[in-house]
Amino acid sequence: MPGTALTEYETHDYDVLVIGAGGAGMRAAIEASKTGATVGLACKSLLGKAHTVMAEGGMAAAMGNVWDEDNWQVHFRDTMRGGKMLNNWRMAQLHAQEAPERVYELEDWGALFDRTEDGRILQRDFGGHKYARLAHIGDRTGLELIRTLQHHTMHRQVEVHMEVKIVRLLKEGKRVVGAIGYRREQGTFIVLNAKAVILATGGAGKIYKFTSNSWEGTGDGHALALWAGADLIDMEFFQLHPTGMIWPPSARGLLVTEGVRGDGGVLRNSEGKRFMFDYISEFFRAETADTEAEGDRWYDDHVNNRRPPELLPRDEVARAINAEFKAGRGSPHGGVFLDIASRRSAEDIKRRLPSMYHQFKHLAGVDITSEAMEVGPTAHYIMGGIRVDAETQAATVPGLYAVGECSGGMHGANRLGGNSLSDLIVFGRRAGLAAAEYALGLAETPKTWGGQIAPIVAETLAPFGRDTGENPYTLHKELQEVMQSLVGIIRVSSEMQEALDKIADLKERAKNISIEGHVQYNAGWGEATDVAALLDVAECVTRAAYTRTESRGGHTRDDFPATDKTYWGTVNNSLHKVGDDITITQTPLPQMPAELQALFEEVKA
Amino acid sequence: MTELADRPTALPAATDKSDVQGTAEMRVWRGDGTTGQFVDYTVDVNEGEVVLDVIHRLQAEQAGDLAVRWNCKAGKCGSCSMEINGKPRLACMTRMETLPKGEQVTVAPMRAFPVIRDLVTDVSYNYEKMKSVPELKLAERKEGEVHRMAQEDISRLQEFHKCIECFMCQNVCHVIRDHDENKPAFAGPRVFLKYAELDMHPLSTQHGEKVAYDEGGLGYCNITKCCSEVCPEDIHITDNAIIPMKERIADRKFEPIVWLGDIRSARKDAKQQKKR
Repeated sequence: MPGTALTEYETHDYDVLVIGAGGAGMRAAIEASKTGATVGLACKSLLGKAHTVMAEGGMAAAMGNVWDEDNWQVHFRDTMRGGKMLNNWRMAQLHAQEAPERVYELEDWGALFDRTEDGRILQRDFGGHKYARLAHIGDRTGLELIRTLQHHTMHRQVEVHMEVKIVRLLKEGKRVVGAIGYRREQGTFIVLNAKAVILATGGAGKIYKFTSNSWEGTGDGHALALWAGADLIDMEFFQLHPTGMIWPPSARGLLVTEGVRGDGGVLRNSEGKRFMFDYISEFFRAETADTEAEGDRWYDDHVNNRRPPELLPRDEVARAINAEFKAGRGSPHGGVFLDIASRRSAEDIKRRLPSMYHQFKHLAGVDITSEAMEVGPTAHYIMGGIRVDAETQAATVPGLYAVGECSGGMHGANRLGGNSLSDLIVFGRRAGLAAAEYALGLAETPKTWGGQIAPIVAETLAPFGRDTGENPYTLHKELQEVMQSLVGIIRVSSEMQEALDKIADLKERAKNISIEGHVQYNAGWGEATDVAALLDVAECVTRAAYTRTESRGGHTRDDFPATDKTYWGTVNNSLHKVGDDITITQTPLPQMPAELQALFEEVKA
Repeated sequence: MTELADRPTALPAATDKSDVQGTAEMRVWRGDGTTGQFVDYTVDVNEGEVVLDVIHRLQAEQAGDLAVRWNCKAGKCGSCSMEINGKPRLACMTRMETLPKGEQVTVAPMRAFPVIRDLVTDVSYNYEKMKSVPELKLAERKEGEVHRMAQEDISRLQEFHKCIECFMCQNVCHVIRDHDENKPAFAGPRVFLKYAELDMHPLSTQHGEKVAYDEGGLGYCNITKCCSEVCPEDIHITDNAIIPMKERIADRKFEPIVWLGDIRSARKDAKQQKKR
């Protein structure tokens, strides 16, 4: 049981508070600080360690450095089609229009992208993108993004609080006016008052057992927003990245970049067959190669050939891998083979995919320049998230903004690879600017009502006070089993109903979590505070998935295999929490103007 | 619609290779900043597991409050640096089977930084030193134009950008490892990479070696290459960053004629400033 001093807390006041220091959070903090606003940045880990470092392949921006034919309209169209037309069209448009300038800006701040022959930024092919569009640095683009923003942030007027876990947003009436959390290193509480709060907390992969997400992906921002009365949308859309590591078990789920396929890698089954040609859906048939020869020619000539099916959007590839394995044509450890060894020289592979080479060599004892990798789908990215305004990233509660993976709408039903890093910088900038303008426009600093602090502190510390009770690790593990087996890649109503019942049970048990020891860097305590968020996010995913009676993008229903244009193609699922109840309604999808609609009519190839 | 029975269930299940393969004798440092001791544990180990997996099993089963810092578990974030059998390693990239069989595995926090709790150290020294490096200022990009840089001119710097900030190079650097008193005056190898960038970026308008020498304590380094040897990203810190800066310092700072020239041009600059 911790000492009594823990009921005391430190206080800080800011115009803008950013929660999360991945690419989106740091970009938002930078922009907010430019306006003269005072900015605080709180992050769960050390600065520069956020999950953005795991992004490998690149950031999509229609700079047209490799293919002159590329422009924002093509990027916009690819993004919408990849998202199965459920994206917020305005976000997709802003993203496509502004991404190139944001990439050049990173270069101004010191990022060193790989170059073309004539010294411009080189761009790489990726799934769902018509042209080579991803600015990259080998296969460690996320690291470059993080480090560049980190150094830039360091020299701005941004106060960084590292290793702070935020447990609740603070409110005054309807408005969000700050946040409360604890310092993981000391176990002491910290109150951050702010006129505007930007959530940039990333994803929620940790509701699943096999995920590419680090321990941090516990849906904190989704839950914080939900608890503060904000709406979440489209939580059923969870992207399974088709290629996660399968073996060894301890590395299962770890990401294998799509860049492997972008650079020529192909998927094979146990018979050595390039099976993706058997899985080209009608939606993408016109733009996908139907022979290996055409697919192979495409790498050098995108204009006269169509894209190989290995580069279909991620949802399509993940389902195909699943089907091959189920048909008994999988690899020994439960996936399929990803082969670049037979396609590119060892030197090329090491140069273009150094961290993949490193990862497989050290963790699996596999040399990818001579052997195939074993890969299978892994929970990677949640498309759904906090409902935001397209221009400002404002959530549905005043004073609250959300950006990056924790926000929803931009990617629709399925995100294209490479569109995440560009999302972070485009909307990070927009959120930072809008939140600062809102904050600076407020007449007075909102006062946090002190009375709300004590109950939150007491509740957060409560698990220490129980001598016996539930182990938070066990609850988390059980939740992961439920989600993996009942709300996974293929869903059906009876299993989701079962999942909802089990989540309700887990929620009951979570009221009785007990942890031991001190408060300093206590991982058990971290788990205890994560579990509440994980359970609510898992319920949102399950409820939304149960409600959407169609299959689309990152949501496949065995009992409703068809895509339903007339109803589900026109609405977002909207989730809201009142008291203990999570409710769901449908809201109409924003309609894109005629000139943008026209872009889809002319698409043939 | 397919029958439920034929329906593929969730994700493909891996062939279960995760049967416990044996146990390991672990000797783990437990303690806060002031006191501590090694505590022995016997832990299950499965095929293919790394040291961090075993530490997590300890947390979940035997020592719920064992403090360890980690994130990506893929060697990309540099959070889980610690000393395994006396050597600085990333716990997430050290496979148990690569350690001597049948021998106790000793796990301790990094030695050069103050212990916060168990395996977690206070690495703020490194962040402060990074902050002291002047911000990179590039030649301005003209309206409507893009920067042009040749791949061969940036490859050298891209090597430095591989740094995952595990701070193991800082940890082994003997200038500070057992000499806390040197910390105020010495930035350390990770930070020298950043100083070197001021010179080596093709569009940079600055020089790094002088500040690295005057403010970063470059002169303390006597190129024993401990930093390069420990780097998990195989960055040639000494050969490619530190030595070239030392050479430029020798050229510019200690070469008498250049030195006189510097003084003259500094005076000239001062005069011109006055005129304005």
